[in-house]
Amino acid sequence: MDEKTLKIALWLVPLLPVGGFILNLFFGRFMHKLASSALACATVGGSAVIAWLTFFHVKADGPIQTDAIQWFYTGDGKQALTFVVDHLLRVDQLTCVMMLIVTNVAFLIHLFSVGYMAEEKRYSRYFSYLNLFTGFMLMLVMSGNLLGMFIGWEGVGLCSYLLIGFWFEKVENASAGMKAFIVNRIGDLAFTVGLLMLFCYIGTLPGGAWTVDLKELAGIFAKQGSVMDVGIITTIGILMFLGATGKSAQIPLYVWLPDAMAGPTPVSALIHAATMVTAGVYMVARMNFLYSMSPGALTVVALVGGATALFAGTIGVAQNDIKKVLAYSTVSQLGFMFIGVGVGAYSAGISHLMTHAFFKACLFLGAGSVIMGMHHQQDIRKMGGLRKYMPITFVTFAIASIAIAGIPPFAGFWSKDEILWKAWSTKNLLIPGQIIWLMGAIAAAFTAFYMTRLVVKTFYGELRTPIGGGHDALAGAHGHDDAHGHDAHDAHDGGGHDDHAAPAEHHGLEHPPKESPWTMTLPLVVLAILSVVGGSICTPHWIRGDFEHWLHDVCPDAAVKHHEPGKHEMSAAGLQGHGPAAPGKPEEHHGPAAMEIILMVFSTGVAIGAIAFAWIVYRKKEGAPAEKFVSEHRELYELVRDKYRVDELYENTVIAFQLGANEACARFDNAVIDGAVNGAGEAGASTSLYTGYFDNEVVDGGVNAVAKAAQAAGRGTRSIQTGNIRTYIAASVIGGLFVIAFFCLWMMWVTQQGGK
Amino acid sequence: MNVADFSFTRHPLENMLVLSAIIFCAGLYTVMTRKNAVSILMGVELILNAANINFVAFSQYLPSAGIHGGVFSVFVILLAAAEAAVALAIIIGIYQNFGRADVDVADLMKE
Amino acid sequence: MGEFSLGDLAGKYLLTTMTFVPLLGALLIMLVPRGQNSAMKWIAVIISAIPLLLCWPLLKGFDASITPKTADDAARFVQYGFQFVTNSEWIPLFKGSSIRYAVGVDGISVTMIVLTALLSFICIVASWGFEHWHTSKGLKGYLALFLLLETGMMGVFISLDFFLFYVFWELMLLPMYFLIGIWGGPRREYAAIKFFLYTLAGSVLMLIVMLALFFASGDVDPATPGVQHTFMLPELMKQSNLFTGTPWLLAFIGLYIGFAIKIPAFPFHTWLPDAHVEAPTPISVILAGVLLKMGTYGIMRICYPILPEAAFRFSPVMMLFGFIGIVYGALCAMAQIRGVPRVNPQTGEQFIERDLKKMVAYSSVSHMGFCMIGLAACTPAGMAGCLLQMWNHGVITGMLFLIVGVVYDRAHHRNIDGFGGLWDKMPVYGGITALAFMASLGLPGLSGFIGEALCFMGAYQAGPNVVDEMGVKDPPVFNLIRFSVYYKLLTAISVSGVVFGAGYFLWSYQKVFLGKLNPKYAEITDVNPREQFTLWPLLLLVVVFGIYPKPLLDLIVPSVNYLVGQVGMPWVK
Repeated sequence: MDEKTLKIALWLVPLLPVGGFILNLFFGRFMHKLASSALACATVGGSAVIAWLTFFHVKADGPIQTDAIQWFYTGDGKQALTFVVDHLLRVDQLTCVMMLIVTNVAFLIHLFSVGYMAEEKRYSRYFSYLNLFTGFMLMLVMSGNLLGMFIGWEGVGLCSYLLIGFWFEKVENASAGMKAFIVNRIGDLAFTVGLLMLFCYIGTLPGGAWTVDLKELAGIFAKQGSVMDVGIITTIGILMFLGATGKSAQIPLYVWLPDAMAGPTPVSALIHAATMVTAGVYMVARMNFLYSMSPGALTVVALVGGATALFAGTIGVAQNDIKKVLAYSTVSQLGFMFIGVGVGAYSAGISHLMTHAFFKACLFLGAGSVIMGMHHQQDIRKMGGLRKYMPITFVTFAIASIAIAGIPPFAGFWSKDEILWKAWSTKNLLIPGQIIWLMGAIAAAFTAFYMTRLVVKTFYGELRTPIGGGHDALAGAHGHDDAHGHDAHDAHDGGGHDDHAAPAEHHGLEHPPKESPWTMTLPLVVLAILSVVGGSICTPHWIRGDFEHWLHDVCPDAAVKHHEPGKHEMSAAGLQGHGPAAPGKPEEHHGPAAMEIILMVFSTGVAIGAIAFAWIVYRKKEGAPAEKFVSEHRELYELVRDKYRVDELYENTVIAFQLGANEACARFDNAVIDGAVNGAGEAGASTSLYTGYFDNEVVDGGVNAVAKAAQAAGRGTRSIQTGNIRTYIAASVIGGLFVIAFFCLWMMWVTQQGGK
Repeated sequence: MNVADFSFTRHPLENMLVLSAIIFCAGLYTVMTRKNAVSILMGVELILNAANINFVAFSQYLPSAGIHGGVFSVFVILLAAAEAAVALAIIIGIYQNFGRADVDVADLMKE
Repeated sequence: MGEFSLGDLAGKYLLTTMTFVPLLGALLIMLVPRGQNSAMKWIAVIISAIPLLLCWPLLKGFDASITPKTADDAARFVQYGFQFVTNSEWIPLFKGSSIRYAVGVDGISVTMIVLTALLSFICIVASWGFEHWHTSKGLKGYLALFLLLETGMMGVFISLDFFLFYVFWELMLLPMYFLIGIWGGPRREYAAIKFFLYTLAGSVLMLIVMLALFFASGDVDPATPGVQHTFMLPELMKQSNLFTGTPWLLAFIGLYIGFAIKIPAFPFHTWLPDAHVEAPTPISVILAGVLLKMGTYGIMRICYPILPEAAFRFSPVMMLFGFIGIVYGALCAMAQIRGVPRVNPQTGEQFIERDLKKMVAYSSVSHMGFCMIGLAACTPAGMAGCLLQMWNHGVITGMLFLIVGVVYDRAHHRNIDGFGGLWDKMPVYGGITALAFMASLGLPGLSGFIGEALCFMGAYQAGPNVVDEMGVKDPPVFNLIRFSVYYKLLTAISVSGVVFGAGYFLWSYQKVFLGKLNPKYAEITDVNPREQFTLWPLLLLVVVFGIYPKPLLDLIVPSVNYLVGQVGMPWVK
């Protein structure tokens, strides 16, 4: 395919699944089930095909990107503080790897879902969500700028919410979905703040620009790296990593992932194993130009990764729900990936991402197959001996378990070991890398242990649920609401059973478990094969693996040069192939270091030892030593089984604080602010009372007083009117006399004057 | 005996004026003290006649006054007659309304 | 030059027509005999469709770029970016000044006008469900008052004369008072009078400042003829260098309070929850969709270009209030879900308040807080974000209130706890609500995100790096808080508003739509075609502008950048 066509075809990769989403959402209820699922699989399949074509192109000719479509802008870029953000897809080697993983694994899981969700009432809705998720995830990995990536970032969170809470009739599922979304959002808060900081720092840097485009940022970091403020870069790195902890379920924001098992199992496989949770790792690898500058940020990433790996690994030992075990295993393996990128070995982290996608998806789908076969039973204490009934599932599950335990030459070994070796030998951190290595090694041991426990308890021994027993009306009655009832209820480990469930439904299976249909077993087989051979490309260079080399241009390993204490000279190792000779180049010239071989042998030995130990405990002795341990250390067991009560801690602190703050604000609003307003109203009203009084009494009183005075005067003068004629006559006579007298006097005075 | 033989020196003006003053006072006294409305009217006539005497006297005793005094008194007589007619009509009305011609009874205009 | 092709005449009177046609419609409706509800509704729909249709020539003829052209432009204010200008003498005053009937649009107003026309039309359509409301009062008065309100709203956005602006501003208050007070819920009188008096109090401050500006303007040297005391906003903008110093800072604060009451900004926001809860659905929509925008519009149109120095000095305070509004509004919204203990003032009984509409009202306070931080920052991104957020909030919150109205029409209560599992029975409604909630909490890919992102980016860019750059004497603490850390810190904490948004929206969605179906509503019906007609256009706008906001931004950005240049905060230079 020529480049021009490919550029346009690239848009189809994320948009085809989105188109599938729209079609299935609006027209799904008019379509036959087969058509619905065929449409969904076809869109993802189409994206996969284009992804493969892109891969070949990139392998031959290097990175490719689409033409930019303007998204939003604030100006022409010439005026101060203005910038432009475009829709842009850019595929380089790293993106290629992710694209291939996402599309192919998603396709297999779509196929698996055809069989798994066959009885589902909202069939087309399910596929529409699954398609939407795939579209968003592809947008995440393919986008050429941070905001486009953020669309995908939040979009997969949305789809996760929709899919976890798919069987929303049970409120626990809906709550689990909400928990996932909100915890993710908290991470996104940190991510956004980090993004803002980065944006403004690069914008105000001399020689920088106001941009969120990843290539431009990488270029700026390469040119200006030596003058950048390490403290700010470290802060940005840590903030963005906090966002990654939300998305990729690391400490402290991992708590949503185990609850997310309330969703259908293929969803757990796709979203919570292979793709969405890996977004955080991808982000760190993508931002390698930033992390390679900051040993502080790298240390935080590595430490958190290591601690999570260890922490989750220990919890996984005590879980009894098959999906929960796998969930904690995912958290633990993600920790490994973060160890990888945290010590600066980005390609190692990505390689583990890839292999993990294979075997974890295989494990989850296998669990789904088991759950289907066991008629929606998830408690491994009720299983056993399924090896006889479901051979394909067993074989694939076992292969994937060996892979995850890290036995050579299966896939997991190479990637995990690369990480551990890089952790041991790293000089990029502020602490000795061996500490991280130790965490990882112990976690690996635990991984092997609990996976073997899981396999043994599920597939070996005798089936612990009676077949065909315990029939009564209640057991027969719920045929089909189980379809969405049961995946949703997790068997509470050690706790009470579901309150509403009639005990009858746990009594027995109506018929023996049988193998799943080909739509479900085919993906299992494919993934199992990949778990075996998929690691071959990430073998170290001296065994001819060229994964790290291929990714080198895009995310080269970090090489932090330490000079004086407290002052690090950073080098973002040469990007896109130009720049000074990258110190992070893989050593192509000599063979493996001795330590590397020793560590390989050591970890293999530990893994084998753990498997053997678990085998003995659970297979040979039917778990008796485990029981003894549990009864002797009851509190410890319960603490681990209850996930160290972290959820309860969060609920009592963060959530309680949040609810308290809510209520405080609402009360404040009602009492104080609104009180002030109402008080002003009251004050106005009572003031008006006073002024009214004043107006009536004082002001109006004056007016009335004047009137009263006039009246009194009138009364006085009116008394003259007696009505009696004779008084009038008398008055006029007397008056007349006065006039005459006055006149006479006046005349006398005049004549007197005249006489003078 | 005719007017031309009247002797102005033996009967000075003051005599006439005194006469009219006496009549005036009589009339005034009548107006002020009588109860009967007709009596008051008679008193008013007396007053008017007193004024007439004054007018005529001055007209006769002061030749420079000409006949104006007499003319004026003719007017006064005329008006007195008219006013007496109107007043008598009012008195009849009062008598019809109040049953008596006393001037005290018509005090409805008091305040 | 931005003229409509039918010629000068049409261009001159386009805005006037758009504004006064609803008034004519109101009079027409008053003539319809009582009881002819159908006729009244149709008249109202057709009348309100006219401004909406006239938006098409308005947008076509609008030239988004601002460049001064000929000398004639000065008389027609095109150098300030105003187009479709009508400028004629209205009320002559003394000394050659007069109050003028001057109207015109620039990028900022044109956006708001389209929003007003669109939302008014949709509200009229939404009012067609009038018969389901629990009111015996007539439809005639309602529709007439609503159309009068539309006239007032349009007039505010097109006025270029401060006096005219004030007249239209006041014109909006009275219909609103009656619409809430007569056709509203149980406590409607209280809510209506609270709204009316509160807004009026703010308007009084605006009046004082308006007069102050009038008398202070024109005091330039007599060598420049023709400059008299004036109410004309472009003239005042030209003289903005006169209005410096502390007295004008106080004037700015007075204006700000008047507008802040409308935004609604903390702490002048408490009229909003009551008004929204008691108002009927279409009135809530228009209140949230358009009336709230007038606060920020007023600041952008009047406060900022005329009093730029005061704007700079007041900016940190505005930032603070915006920040508080975001966090506080979100927390109060979330509190509604768990329930707020209240006491009924008349009867004294205690009850738990869990009102869905009040939650949306408080979320409005929160979202307008985003506008305010963008406004306070006054950077190109911040201002563009503010205006874009105004548009987005209008569309999205309008949609949210329509959505609440749908369920209220069926259940006749808004108690969040009183529902459950509705998605099963109302899938279309559930889907629309989910999308609306997602847009409101700022999911990228929908339009809400871009407005919020621009506001955050713009606000984060703000803040001078050196103290006291304008040489203005200020008390020391004012200098301190103008360090850039202040703006960045507040912006960073404000981002938590999106987390809270996710919290209360998803939580309320879960309570209403998910979980077991509440048996009381087993027979509930999904959205009917009329309701869908009001919702789908808004939804489409949200989705399209989330991916391709270019048409909207093309209108907004030049005017906003010009405004930013007019204000000239030190960190933009």
